[in-house]
Amino acid sequence: MSEIIVIAIQRDGELRSSSLEAITAARGVKQAGDTLSVAIVAANPQGLAGALSVEGVDEVIAVKATDEFQPDLIEAVVGALVAERKPSLIVTAHTVDAWSFAPAAAIKNGLGFATDVMALRREGADLVATRAGYAEKVLMDIDFPGKDTVLLTTRTNVFEPASGQGSAKVTEMAAPAADIATKHEGWKQPADAGGIDIPGSEFILSIGRGVADEANVEQFLELADKVGATLGCSRPIADNGWLPKARQVGQSGQLAASCRLYVAMGVSGSVQHQWGMKHVENIVAVNTDPEASIFSIARYGIVGDMFEIASELENHF
Amino acid sequence: MKILVPVKQIASLDDQFEMRDDGRDVDEDYLEKDLNEFDHFSVEEALLIKEAAGDEVEVVVAIVGDDDADDALRTALAKGADRGIRVWDDALANADGTSIARILAKLVEREKPDMVFTGAQSSDFGSATTGMALAGLLGWPHAAVVSNLEYKPGASSATLRRELEGGLEEVMTIKCPAVLSIQLGINQPRYASLRGIKQAKQKPVDELSLDDLGLDASDVAPAFNVRKMYAPQRGKAELITGSAAEQAARLAQIIKEIRGM
Repeated sequence: MSEIIVIAIQRDGELRSSSLEAITAARGVKQAGDTLSVAIVAANPQGLAGALSVEGVDEVIAVKATDEFQPDLIEAVVGALVAERKPSLIVTAHTVDAWSFAPAAAIKNGLGFATDVMALRREGADLVATRAGYAEKVLMDIDFPGKDTVLLTTRTNVFEPASGQGSAKVTEMAAPAADIATKHEGWKQPADAGGIDIPGSEFILSIGRGVADEANVEQFLELADKVGATLGCSRPIADNGWLPKARQVGQSGQLAASCRLYVAMGVSGSVQHQWGMKHVENIVAVNTDPEASIFSIARYGIVGDMFEIASELENHF
Repeated sequence: MKILVPVKQIASLDDQFEMRDDGRDVDEDYLEKDLNEFDHFSVEEALLIKEAAGDEVEVVVAIVGDDDADDALRTALAKGADRGIRVWDDALANADGTSIARILAKLVEREKPDMVFTGAQSSDFGSATTGMALAGLLGWPHAAVVSNLEYKPGASSATLRRELEGGLEEVMTIKCPAVLSIQLGINQPRYASLRGIKQAKQKPVDELSLDDLGLDASDVAPAFNVRKMYAPQRGKAELITGSAAEQAARLAQIIKEIRGM
């Protein structure tokens, strides 16, 4: 019998939906007699409590503070929860905010710790988490011997968001004292897309590092045009300034939300890129490396040279 | 004024690989080592600050790794870092990000840098742990996934942008000294010049053991234990074989079918 606590995250007062995914992950390893609580730090935490009171959640811990993301504050909340409640497990989504606070919170409190967890299960009484390694080419099952409390961040877009009406009680918790070292100064919105619509495209032809040189990009713009696709790209192509950021598919770019056919050429398939496209029903991967992780999520695979395939493909349209 | 840049030597897998006999990692023979991609950007950011300040800034790169890791450290030195520190002990064979952070905290005590830059994550395991865990131990201000930085050496605060999901960025000010984890794309990392590579061989590298830092094996125990490592079930990808012309013909057919052309 122990407590599991999910740290929910909001941005500008709006609940991050990945918080509900973290609840699903936590709910999956809840044992008979365990309680599941969800902590939320916000200017108006009570206003978010309803959305967090999903099936399986026993308690929402409302910490009234600020909507501003302050890692020092979240770490103080985690510290206070560990001290007061001695939870066996704390789960939060592997968001950029969690990147800031989770490692610090874990080490300050001597917790068992792993990030970017893709699956979570019990083996007997043991908690076993699965995460990837070597650029997604292997998986590892990990456990936490001797740790009373384990903090995990869960990969986003893997667990279903928790749903179902719950009946959680809402408890108020005073914001703990924290030495706040950061100050929010504003938001910078992504540059105007200039009519490029990755989220709205049904057919995306995407290029990655395999394109090798800026001079080679133009022919893929033409190819995309010819076959009726929107040209997308992976992060290095946008970082190099070879294509605008609006064409970048992935966690820090666009989600291929309406896509039915995704042809990835010379894209190795990093986890961040996969985040934006792995849900697409028809993925065709073209890559010279037969072990590229993109093949593990593709429906069709072509082991071959993207330039040769591209020039042959043109002849059919 | 000093910037400490901890770097990592990452390992990538050969096309074919085998697991170690204990099944908890890949056999060392199948690993290819290199400087972590993200660390090219953190080193560059430190060098840009150094150059803008007229060289009054010392850039110190640190790595935790065996003799092998010297290559990654020399790569950073060849780009222009002033000196290096390499820490190793056989007790670190199972080290994770929290173990490395405990070593780095000792290095910060010794070196007293004004800023610490790490890569936002490593390109092999992607734990995104070391830098922010270090900040937690030190009690220093910290920000992860920094995509833009305005910082004058010695200043008591800096202005930065954190890159959030979907390309949104948050502008924030942060007190210094701070630990920042640096995102890809914040700058255009330089390549080492031939001269730089030559000079790197002469640059001083301190080699330290856990003992030198007042740590023992139990201080650097990892926060998780690997039960087993395994190749994932390969997805359902149906391989399209043949000549490039044949492969492209089949691809054209797939495109036309799915698009209802």
